Amino acid sequence: MLSNLGSLLRYRGLIQSLVARELKARYRGSVLGFVWSFINPLLLLSIYSFVFTTIMQNNDPRTKPFAVFMFCGLLPWTWFSASLSEATSSLINGGNLIKKVLFPAEVLPIVSVLANMVHFLLGLLILAAFMIGFRHYPNVAALPWFPVVVVIQLIFTLGLALGLSALTVHFRDIRDLLTNVLTLWFFATPIIYPYFMPSVGRFLAVFRLNPFYHFAVSYQEILFFDHFGHARSLLLLGALSVAVFLAGYWLFDRLRDSFAEAV
Amino acid sequence: MTSAIELVNVSKIYRRYTGRQFATLKSALLKRSILRDLQPNEAFLALKDVSFAVAKGSTVGVIGRNGSGKSTALKLVAGITKPTSGTVRVDGRISALIELGAGFHPEISGRENVFINGIMLGLSKRDVEERFDAIVDFAELREFIDAPVKTYSSGMYMRLGFAVAIHVDPDVLLVDEVLAVGDEGFTHKCLDKFGEFHRRGKTVLIVTHSLGLVERLCDEAVWLDAGEKQAEGDPKRVIGAYLTAVEQTEKQQMAAATAKAVQSAAPAGPAGDMFQATEGRWGSREVEITNVELVGPDATPSFVFHTGDAVSIRLGVRAAQPTSDFVFGVGVFNADGVCCFGTNTGIEDMTSDRLDGDATVTFSIDSLDLVEGTYKLDVAVHRRDGAPYDYHRLLYSFRVKSRTHDIGVFRPKHRWTFSPNVRFK
Repeated sequence: MLSNLGSLLRYRGLIQSLVARELKARYRGSVLGFVWSFINPLLLLSIYSFVFTTIMQNNDPRTKPFAVFMFCGLLPWTWFSASLSEATSSLINGGNLIKKVLFPAEVLPIVSVLANMVHFLLGLLILAAFMIGFRHYPNVAALPWFPVVVVIQLIFTLGLALGLSALTVHFRDIRDLLTNVLTLWFFATPIIYPYFMPSVGRFLAVFRLNPFYHFAVSYQEILFFDHFGHARSLLLLGALSVAVFLAGYWLFDRLRDSFAEAV
Repeated sequence: MTSAIELVNVSKIYRRYTGRQFATLKSALLKRSILRDLQPNEAFLALKDVSFAVAKGSTVGVIGRNGSGKSTALKLVAGITKPTSGTVRVDGRISALIELGAGFHPEISGRENVFINGIMLGLSKRDVEERFDAIVDFAELREFIDAPVKTYSSGMYMRLGFAVAIHVDPDVLLVDEVLAVGDEGFTHKCLDKFGEFHRRGKTVLIVTHSLGLVERLCDEAVWLDAGEKQAEGDPKRVIGAYLTAVEQTEKQQMAAATAKAVQSAAPAGPAGDMFQATEGRWGSREVEITNVELVGPDATPSFVFHTGDAVSIRLGVRAAQPTSDFVFGVGVFNADGVCCFGTNTGIEDMTSDRLDGDATVTFSIDSLDLVEGTYKLDVAVHRRDGAPYDYHRLLYSFRVKSRTHDIGVFRPKHRWTFSPNVRFK
């Protein structure tokens, strides 16, 4: 397993060009092309903002401007959920490669995660534009934590993506199951509502069991609120993410030989 | 001599999970049967204890009928699947032409696909840059290289895939029946490329049904059948052994088809047009054809012959009552239902006189001048006015094999002559 992990480094050229291909191919043939990378989150954001500020009035002054607050949680969530749903299908869609070419299968889910990470990073530009527009700036002292959260989320997502993609080869229903789980997970995470709402406090112990709770809170504290007090939980989450990654990779490695036959 | 590829006692079992058809994760969890369902309940032995070695620098062809395990063997050598038992050892960089253009993305241009495909096959970006022109020229796609691959014809697609794979410059090249790409000219280019590989001391392993190719290109051949190695060595000898076995099977198939046709033939069918193409058997049976045999040059009954063989059609007949009114006839039809030849004793001015009890009628052909194909036989005995005693319509099949792939139905004895300024190699 370790030697396989090491060979991942050898594939970085391959991963790089496949991510580039993924991004290029996605919008090829559409008029607006790459602009969709910006429009998609913007549209999503305007819908949520409209619902949560105009229809369901949210009066907590701490979450103003609400659009910026929500965007801080929504962007990483979109990265996470899109990565997982694409990664689970990646081995099946790439069946030709696995069956007919000597091809390192783990590259496929990794590419799904990384391509969505690029969208996430592009989304940050929109977030920055919003912050400037609403004149609500993050606390500079907390900003160095931002890349740390991103890296931890990357490791966590990669682990889940590897494990799920390998299992999906044998149990296709994971794809459908995942869609529903992700919806549930989204509402169970303080993204469209603040984590300090009294009703969240009542179930705090349960909320804290949700790994994405800590990601969302970290992003929001770093990018939106003035203080970052979540460092300890974040580092614990880092340890958990490494464990998830190793478990996911181990599972993938165990099932690797069955892919060519089961895909 | 050291070997570039070595298979030692390799077996490959494909598992089939028939019980898993409706077993999804949910139901597996509900029934707590995940572990049980993951147990294969049917195993298919694709390769059975196969060993062979390919010497460095040689070209070896793997032949065998469909489902014999050829492609499985190639995938094992390529490392795409792992053997269930035994070891596969390969020395040097492999490039496998198993599926051309696997991994091309339809939406992006040929140029970008060449880069990505090259990197997938183990080249670095710089390697691809260096070889890019050679690849595009080889594929003859210079003017289309910037168009998206989805606009390519299947031939263009294959050519580009082939060009990339061959320019990976492997030490060991694996080829699975991919020479059917492009036109005649491109095929020649591919063959030349294999020749060049050979001269440069590279190892080539080819899986193919084209025996001519194996004979021309390969230093050695391996014959697999039903997952077992049957023979290995000189291509001519191995191909000969393979062809003999194929003939045996065809013989059995013809015999089975004939037995089935005779058995299911309608006892009294329409006494109609001689050229209607439905099989069957009809007639009054006052005279009965009790036995039909095709006899080859070795004087034993057979169903497979070669063009030019001396072949006899031997009929056993029985007349219930002595009769003086009878005509024997035979007809040969090809697979399209075209009558290749038909005659009877009446046409050939033989006037019947007496037939009594059991008799034998033999129709001898000195030289079976038919082209390769499957043929069916009509045999009949009827009255001089045409009323049938026993008519067997297309009940007997036989196969004619030929080394020459000429076309049509009939091969006349022939020769070519040329004036002295026409020369052949």
